[in-house]
Amino acid sequence: MPNLKGIFQSKQKSVTVKAGTVRGDTPEGLWTKCEKCGGMLYKKELIENQGLCSDCGFHFRLSASERILVTLDDNSFVEYDEELITVDPLNFPGYDVKVEAARKTTKLEEAIITGIGSIEGFPALVGFMDFSFIGASMGSVVGEKITRLLERAARQRMPVIIFCASGGARMQEGMFSLMQMAKTAAACGRLSSTRTLYISVLTNPTTAGVFASFGSLGDIIIAEPGALIGFTGQRVIEETIKQKLPPGFQTAEFALEHGLIDMIVDRRNMRKTLRSLLSLHGGRRRNTG
Amino acid sequence: MINTPLEFERPLFELEKRIEDLREFSLKKGIDLSDEIAVLEKKSDALRKDIFGNLTPWQRVMIARHPKRPTTLEYIRLIFDEFIELHGDRSFRDDKAIIGGIADLGGHPVTVIGTQKGRDTKENIARSFGMPHPEGYRKALRLMKQAEKFKRPIISFVDVVGAYPGVEAEERGQGVAIAHNIAEMSKLSTTVIVVITGEGGSGGALAIGVGDKLIMLENAYFSVISPEGCAAILWKDGSRAQEATEMLKLTASDLKAKGLIDEILPEPQGAAHKDSDAMAKIIRESIIKGIDELSGIPTRRLIERRYARLRRIGEFSVRELPPGDLPMAASGNEDAKARADAFDLEGGTDGN
Ligand SMILES: [Zn+2]
Repeated sequence: MPNLKGIFQSKQKSVTVKAGTVRGDTPEGLWTKCEKCGGMLYKKELIENQGLCSDCGFHFRLSASERILVTLDDNSFVEYDEELITVDPLNFPGYDVKVEAARKTTKLEEAIITGIGSIEGFPALVGFMDFSFIGASMGSVVGEKITRLLERAARQRMPVIIFCASGGARMQEGMFSLMQMAKTAAACGRLSSTRTLYISVLTNPTTAGVFASFGSLGDIIIAEPGALIGFTGQRVIEETIKQKLPPGFQTAEFALEHGLIDMIVDRRNMRKTLRSLLSLHGGRRRNTG
Repeated sequence: MINTPLEFERPLFELEKRIEDLREFSLKKGIDLSDEIAVLEKKSDALRKDIFGNLTPWQRVMIARHPKRPTTLEYIRLIFDEFIELHGDRSFRDDKAIIGGIADLGGHPVTVIGTQKGRDTKENIARSFGMPHPEGYRKALRLMKQAEKFKRPIISFVDVVGAYPGVEAEERGQGVAIAHNIAEMSKLSTTVIVVITGEGGSGGALAIGVGDKLIMLENAYFSVISPEGCAAILWKDGSRAQEATEMLKLTASDLKAKGLIDEILPEPQGAAHKDSDAMAKIIRESIIKGIDELSGIPTRRLIERRYARLRRIGEFSVRELPPGDLPMAASGNEDAKARADAFDLEGGTDGN
């Protein structure tokens, strides 16, 4: 494993993780309302509780930096490929404005942060998608960062974990966007040939082009409770079959019941589960000193 | 002669009808109208050239969706010397929206797969309007693995509005099936030629659309989303599909210009449905040429080449990082070097 030691011993360029950005219906106030049980939650408490409702356990959506905070060991994260910048390959009307607005509100360059970090001492390459950046849709940069991460995993025989969340393809990049499905899926295929562990974690929501590419290609596929998981949008299905959809359709529980994923893991147990899986696949704990 | 002209074809259609009427009249009455007819024919030729030489993207979408547009089975009958259809995914059922089998192409065995639309309402219902369920994609994958086993080139015909949107399709893992097809096609150890004959509808098309050569008919389209879907998202108004079509850059010539496809096949005057024999001949020649070009490449290199073709797709810029702000990953050129190195595929191409 070339360079790994070097990475950990070098000056760490951790991302600035802003605590206290768990999003809710009332962004300004101290309180936020639970989407599931309607209970009022004290924001500070919600953050301390990893974005879980203290009453019903509802999993609030996390930003990429919040996800890093709750998943990885403190200060273990080093970001990769942050210099990739989205362009407007089709001169799609309004796209540049949309991207700029997303950059401003999220303080992110794109809908995914990739890098390396550790979980209870076990190193892994990691990717975190952020739904608040244009619905974490996959354009050229998202596809490229994921592909680079998977290729790095193949080269270094280092396990890789991707936390997915996406509304699908980045329509404004046209076929460049659709072909990121092929690019990332091909990289998954190659990684698989090197017998390197890839875990995909499907968070709310993981749909369309991301579900139909690297999202579904993990050796082990984990979902968070209640996450929306599916290929076709519910409105489109309703319009086609002219019926209301059954309750619980396209949830993590639905996906588990129909054999589409391996397991549902509560956010509170995610680190423990990932650690076990890394360990069972021959991962070696790094002495953090 | 088609009996349902598209809106933009109407002037041509009317002119052609007038010529026919005149011919009939002159025959019946024994009056020589050849001068008049010749003038009109010249006019109609010019009009045809004008209309079909300047098709808008939306008009091409209309042609790609034309109810008379030749289907995969029709092309198969015209292109191959023999075709034996094979059925089923060996797991759930035979999805008639996907067809496949073994064919004879000038004495050489090939595997053919493709999406299949219906010709009438009854057939369309049986074939779910050519929109595959997961088991259809799994049937296609089964036949592709069979082709790999027997070292047959694969020809995939794509004409699909999208993967079937339904409750059962989701239950059986539409997204999972598409993902697996794409990943597997990217590393099949046999030649794959993809021909987009009509509609290339998003992930549902990509699921049988990864190959060594991507060929598109002149009036086919390939898009990340349907123009209607795009319009619905942008303006909450699906009827503005025409505008969305322009923005999506989904025509064969747009995609060729962006390097996303390899070859455009010209359609006969008045589009493929006007002369399916001529169209089939053009497709056949292109497929044979494609197999010839690719057959000399050793398998391992063919797979490398296919990966490299997908790998380079994407447009982005790279921001200069201020010195001293370089993360370890970007500080050396270890990465770029490693990427250029031949990839080490332990234990062949099908590790799992
Ligand atoms: Zn709650």
